[in-house]
Amino acid sequence: MNTQTLVGAKMRTAVIDSKQLKQAAWAAVVKLNPLYAAKSPVMFVVLLGTVVTAWLAVSGGPSDPMLGFNIAVSLILLATVLFANFAEAIAEARGRGQAASLRAARAELTALRVRGVVEERISSSQLRKDDVVRVSAGELIPADGEIIQGIASINESAVTGESAPVLREAGTDRSGVVGGTKVLTDEILVRIASDPGHSFLDRMIALVEGTARLKTPNELALTVLLSAMTLAFLAIVVALPFIAGFVGAKVDVVTLVALLVCLIPTTIGGLLPAIGIAGMNRALRANVIAKSGKAVEVAGDVDVLLLDKTGTITHGDRQATEFHPVAGVSKSQLRDAAMLASLADPTPEGKSIVALARKQGYTLADPVDPHYLAFSAQTRMSGVDLPANRQIRKGAADAIGAGPWASGASKASNGDCTPGSKGGARRRHAAGGRRRPAPARCGRAVGCGQARRARTLCATARAGCQDGDDHRRQSAHGSSHRGDRRGRRFHRPGDAGRQIAAHPRRTGARLLVAMVGDGTNDAPALAQADIGLVMNAGTQAAKEAGNMVDLDSDPTKLLAVVEIGKQLLITRGALTTFSLANDVAKYFAIIPAVFAAQIPALSALDLMQLSSPTNAVLSALIFNALIIPALIPLALRGIRFAPSSASALLLRNLLVYGVGGVILPFVGIKAIDVLLSMSIGV
Amino acid sequence: MWEVLVSLALIVALAWPLGRYMAVALGDAPSAVDRVFGPVERLLYRLFGVKAGRGMYWRGYALAFVASNVVLGAIVQLILMFQHLLPLNPDGIPGMSWDLALHTMVSFLTNTNQQHYSGQAQLSYFSQLAGIVTLQIVTPAMGMAVALAFLRGLNGGRNAKTAAEGQPRDLGNYYVDTTRMVVRVFLPLVFILSLALTWQGVPSTFAGAATATPIDASAGMSEQIIPVGPVAPMVAIKQLGTNGGGWYGPNSAVPLENPTPLSNLLEMLAIMLIPVAVVFMVGPFTGRPKLTGLIFGVMATFSLAFIGISVWSETQPNAAVAELAAAGPNMEGKEQRLGPDASALWSTITTQTSNGSVNAMHDSLNPAAGMVAMSGMLVNAVWGGVGCGLVGFLVFLLLAVFLSGLMIGRTPEIYGRKFDVGDTRLLSLLVLLQPLLLLAATATTLALPQFTGNSNPGSHGISQVFYEYVSAFANNGSGFEGLGDATKWWNLTCVFMLLAGRYACLLIPLALVGRLAAKRVAPISAGSLDIETPTFAVTMIAVVVLLTLLCYLPVFALGPIAEGLSLSALTDLPVTH
Repeated sequence: MNTQTLVGAKMRTAVIDSKQLKQAAWAAVVKLNPLYAAKSPVMFVVLLGTVVTAWLAVSGGPSDPMLGFNIAVSLILLATVLFANFAEAIAEARGRGQAASLRAARAELTALRVRGVVEERISSSQLRKDDVVRVSAGELIPADGEIIQGIASINESAVTGESAPVLREAGTDRSGVVGGTKVLTDEILVRIASDPGHSFLDRMIALVEGTARLKTPNELALTVLLSAMTLAFLAIVVALPFIAGFVGAKVDVVTLVALLVCLIPTTIGGLLPAIGIAGMNRALRANVIAKSGKAVEVAGDVDVLLLDKTGTITHGDRQATEFHPVAGVSKSQLRDAAMLASLADPTPEGKSIVALARKQGYTLADPVDPHYLAFSAQTRMSGVDLPANRQIRKGAADAIGAGPWASGASKASNGDCTPGSKGGARRRHAAGGRRRPAPARCGRAVGCGQARRARTLCATARAGCQDGDDHRRQSAHGSSHRGDRRGRRFHRPGDAGRQIAAHPRRTGARLLVAMVGDGTNDAPALAQADIGLVMNAGTQAAKEAGNMVDLDSDPTKLLAVVEIGKQLLITRGALTTFSLANDVAKYFAIIPAVFAAQIPALSALDLMQLSSPTNAVLSALIFNALIIPALIPLALRGIRFAPSSASALLLRNLLVYGVGGVILPFVGIKAIDVLLSMSIGV
Repeated sequence: MWEVLVSLALIVALAWPLGRYMAVALGDAPSAVDRVFGPVERLLYRLFGVKAGRGMYWRGYALAFVASNVVLGAIVQLILMFQHLLPLNPDGIPGMSWDLALHTMVSFLTNTNQQHYSGQAQLSYFSQLAGIVTLQIVTPAMGMAVALAFLRGLNGGRNAKTAAEGQPRDLGNYYVDTTRMVVRVFLPLVFILSLALTWQGVPSTFAGAATATPIDASAGMSEQIIPVGPVAPMVAIKQLGTNGGGWYGPNSAVPLENPTPLSNLLEMLAIMLIPVAVVFMVGPFTGRPKLTGLIFGVMATFSLAFIGISVWSETQPNAAVAELAAAGPNMEGKEQRLGPDASALWSTITTQTSNGSVNAMHDSLNPAAGMVAMSGMLVNAVWGGVGCGLVGFLVFLLLAVFLSGLMIGRTPEIYGRKFDVGDTRLLSLLVLLQPLLLLAATATTLALPQFTGNSNPGSHGISQVFYEYVSAFANNGSGFEGLGDATKWWNLTCVFMLLAGRYACLLIPLALVGRLAAKRVAPISAGSLDIETPTFAVTMIAVVVLLTLLCYLPVFALGPIAEGLSLSALTDLPVTH
């Protein structure tokens, strides 16, 4: 399934209902509280402007000929602030709606707490971190935790929407369980991971609802720049009457406030919080729980993706499909040797070699007095020592080659590996005795869909992908499969972490690394990576170390996260450009209007031929206010992002939001002016 | 027209090899140039106790820059105030008042050369040579030094290979950079140009003023005093070092500073030569040849647009004399012997390059050309002053990088170094500083007519005041003139603008690059923003135009635009009043 379409489909189904609208409308009014408004410098200036114009309208008294104009300006300014508040509120309301549906899954549950020999039934809200609960078949798991004993098949559809049950087992990389999911078979002991209210989901809900939302670094940087622009425009507007006074022109204060509000970047200033919240919403909708907004944002910058592939992409079920003997070895010899060497390899791969050998006619009796060497990820080989000093080993080519096994063997096998690698296979070398190496061809259970998505992933991230694979050639092959130009691999668990740490020394540059993993052995790497996306099925240690959890346990979910991160930044950048580009038209509407009476020559600047000076000011203000709600859908949805080169993307956004931002207000202001002059007959 | 095109072609033809030479001469790798100038430089280092091998972090570099400026400034201030006690004063010129001396000192220390005095009447030969010319040679070299530090910072400093992330970076040695710029670039060029100018007839003497008896004494003058002196070397450095402060008040409009068409051409080439050469230096100096392409492309676009508008504007008739004289180009305030093209070209390039020398009166330019002159100074990064123009350009570049970075969905980064909130804060400060100070000063001065002291009412008066402050902040130094600017108000407010325009606009970028340099470097991938592309160049042009337009459109509207529109309304309509 393609994540892009998945996200898109879910987004279309999420509609704003009338209840959310009402909530948001009320919240927009509540947010007028100056203490709250002061958080956004741009909108705070508009709020102050509203107060000033309202006061001027009132103090002018009923006989003031400008009363109507002053009241109109105050109202439009108030509407501008309300629209901005509404944008934020609607984003929050949608997030809350989403969170509520997730939270519903974990309504009050009962738990059977185990303390020593005492077992008591309590409410799930009384559970504390490190409590141990017993969950039997048919029961719901009361809270997030880790299986410490037992194995069970679990229905996680309440959280992931996926109806097929999954297997979770203590002591493996898939020991994590989520509150609200149902145990279908067996009985497990679960250690609770967090106090109530502190689970990942609770954190995410707080982030989405905006209560715990801190401005991300990027948002802060943009706020600083927008504040500087606002101050600069304030200086312009304050200086204007003094400069105009030199030529004897008087400027109305209300008009000046109107000019200020038109110039300061209210469009982006008003939509900025909504864009951030909507980004978190999109992450949540993609079933990704992010621990911070920063993590999502940084995703757009990722240079390298580290995929702990074994067990993450392939779900560990790499299957042997064929034996390829080297010259001088018969197929049956290889089959038998591989079979014997794999008996002590409990990995799916080892099991599949045994199964394949049996299927292809292995009939020998069990060996007499064998000494088995179990497969380990450290040695990357397994084997058996038989009487008569017969040693059989099977393992990664370089592991075999590096060992005390026939030096000629590795050469021969390396040369022989090539055809296999083209076929998309992974080879294990079975070294029989000291002279009979032969590659076994093992097909991988990586579906085409996975490869395609991973390729899209790389194109989106525009980053090299690195495999956490433990086989050199396999990795090189696998990464070319994913459109990689910079395949890297690490050979033993834990190498991922060393790989991340090694970058500064090796290249003088530190890469921004995204790591996808699930196991406890991935935890150090996940913690060091800039983005650590942990599979929901993963262990508690991994979840603690990472900064995002994917409820679907889909490693290519990183694609969705990268996309959301990029969308966040693009939306902000494009709307900032749009906001500033809009000012050009507003100048041409207001400057001639302000000085129309005193400096008639400036009417040549009135490119739009607006009906009257007051209408010109009002039209510009109304346009400025209306553009905020008009762009709310864009802010919530995020600007469409298609993988393409940076230059093409820049050019496109520059044309649409820069050039478009210059042209659109000319049209919009003129249209509003026509409507105004028709409706009030001025 | 041909004059304009030939001049521009000659500038590029000369600047290209000079830029290559500067990259070698000022670069960090040992070169053959060291053998030629090494002995002189080592003598200077020993004299001033400079440890040439020691690099500086950005703080040390900034401190050395400020300290050397304070010391130089104090010395020159004393020279100007007490010149009547010092030698080489054959005409017995008295000491300067403290505020005029302060303005003059700061103006030359900041490589501005805004003159609220007339050199031939108010400065002794000693003040001109020891004070003014010294600063004219040293200050552009200091600006250049900061630019070199900035460029090193873009590449992570000289210790980029050994320093870990977050460690301060070696941006070079300030004293070495300054000394090399003076010894290896300025002195040879000044020597050649002053010889050429002397050959063309510019005075070069220590004798006192000459006297002449006019043939026609009916004007009331029985004897004319013609001040002379060692003019040629000063004119050479004022042109080459984007200084602009001439020996005589009317600057290069005076035949004694600019006697022939050839001297006019040479002086015009000298204005642009080093600022353009700096652009050609960037590529080989940083090892990023395409960066030169970007900078040259953007700067040349602006430059040609400005020159085009300005030259066109001055070939239009002057509205003030419409219907009084035969239709023709605007010749008000221009030298008959130079004509409108050469004058308009000069007025445009002198304001682009932060030079500020003039060969025609900018006060008399038609409104469009006046606005172009102001725009050139407001942007102040189209070639710009020696070194500081490049720094200004790179600040615009960082701003464009910030916006473009967002628009492509990546944290903004320059050559793999990402911007954080602190960097954006410094960048925002730079964006804010110019409009805030310029508009505050202009508004205050215009609101207080007792201080304004200008010769024109109405829109032209606004242009005069605004121009003076823009010129000060841009460290340009040209004047719209027509201002009674030798008052305490003008001297002190301009001093403030000069200081802010020089030190804030060099030190903040230095701090910024110091922070950026220490960042970790993300590798360049297909997803990172390539700034050396036409798309980014267009983005930069858009950012510069938009920012300048948004900040100054109201002032332009009230000043030159209103003036231009009113004047054209006058000439279009039959005179009825």
